[in-house]
Amino acid sequence: MTDTTHPPLLDARDLTRRDRAGQILLDRVSLQVSARERWAVTGDSGAGKTLLLRSLAWLDPCEGEVWWRGERIRTTNVPEFRAHVIYLAQAPAMIAGSVEDNLRLPFALKRHVDRAFHPDAIQRQLDRLGKRNGFLARRDSELSGGEKQIVAILRALQLDPGILLLDEATSALDPATERQVEGLVTEWLAASTGERAVVWVSHDEAQRRRVADRALHLHAGRVEGETA
Amino acid sequence: MTLHELSPLDVAIASALILINGAISIVLKLGLEKRLALAATRCIVQLALIGYVLEWIFRLERWDVILLLCLVMTVVAGISAVGRVERKLPGLYLNSIVSIFVSSWLVTVVTLLAILGYDSWRETPAQYVIPFLGVILGNTLNGVSLGMDRLGEHLTRRRGEVELLLSLGATRWEAARGPVRDSIRTGMIPMINSMMVVGIVSLPGIMTGQLLSGVAPAAAVRYQIVIMFIIAAGTALGTIGVILLSFERLFNHSHQFLHDEIGEKRK
Repeated sequence: MTDTTHPPLLDARDLTRRDRAGQILLDRVSLQVSARERWAVTGDSGAGKTLLLRSLAWLDPCEGEVWWRGERIRTTNVPEFRAHVIYLAQAPAMIAGSVEDNLRLPFALKRHVDRAFHPDAIQRQLDRLGKRNGFLARRDSELSGGEKQIVAILRALQLDPGILLLDEATSALDPATERQVEGLVTEWLAASTGERAVVWVSHDEAQRRRVADRALHLHAGRVEGETA
Repeated sequence: MTLHELSPLDVAIASALILINGAISIVLKLGLEKRLALAATRCIVQLALIGYVLEWIFRLERWDVILLLCLVMTVVAGISAVGRVERKLPGLYLNSIVSIFVSSWLVTVVTLLAILGYDSWRETPAQYVIPFLGVILGNTLNGVSLGMDRLGEHLTRRRGEVELLLSLGATRWEAARGPVRDSIRTGMIPMINSMMVVGIVSLPGIMTGQLLSGVAPAAAVRYQIVIMFIIAAGTALGTIGVILLSFERLFNHSHQFLHDEIGEKRK
């Protein structure tokens, strides 16, 4: 039963997705994510992991409910919700321009207009990832898949989200950089007063053990089990 | 100066000129002869038919018949605009017909009542209503068609960017603003370009027609200016209308992008 005094950060109830022909792709999947929790979503290709993450961010029409901090997500509060619960795709989209343009992109949106871009803070994080001077000026077309993933994660982290939904978000990184990015996510999680959580989709078993404490197993769009 | 009437023989001589195109096609093996013959035949038949219809309507002087013809012209324009769009968008036909209808009729009514000074459109002779509506429809359908085509293409190619913005907290309008603006620009640019060169590179059909029928150049120019501006207004309104209607169908109130609704490219 849901604890109404301390509701989970994110509470997804009976999420169901169908394709255009009515075929069920995601079958009544529920997931409660509480503060400081680190979840992994596992399953074979086609099990519905990406669909689940997109549905958690309310990006596609689906049946079921998503609640954020005890409030049901409806039409009016969707952008506000997505400013807190950020979905990162495996192949992140970039706008045409420099890395800095891409990192500044969210601050042009109404939801983030009261925030400011901090180039120094970003550069410090880039330094740790081995992306020193000049990286901010690189064009999007010059970036490798892994570099795009780094930009995407930093772009999301600087917005101080409540939950990150990471869909194979480090799959194109070399092992050393992957660990460093995981470190950034872990630091972000630990730096809060307990109001943050993360959900990873990863095909890499070793990574799952490093980054998650709990796992939701999907098979053919259904929940097959949960492990802690 | 009066109009030099053309006899059927004169038209037949002009038709012979189309044979030049046919000869070029045959010599250069362009394979266009059949299409050319069909196009020339359609041109003669369609114009002859509309000639008879207009003569009949002008003589009849009945507002309900004029209204019916205007409606038919509008629906045909709406359907033709869709014919040139490569990707299917949701509500394509309805959006096209509605936006062309609202923009063209609005501009035509303003022209007849405010500019030409008729007290009501029922009193306006068919010889004004039909050509004005026709010229606005013809141009508006171009803008609508180009705009819709661009929107489908842009949203397909840049789906990732649109979804990125949504996932960072953008409203549906913030996410679609770029593609929407780009599509409206695409729809309006041909009209702006044609205003740039009118009189220098081209003498528009209506002005040519008036000059041929003996109207003084200054008077013909005034008509042409009015026509260019009402065409521009119709095109702008029609293009904006169809893009906003498509936006409303492609982005729901939950700020979700319904990309599955955009069809594959027609072969």
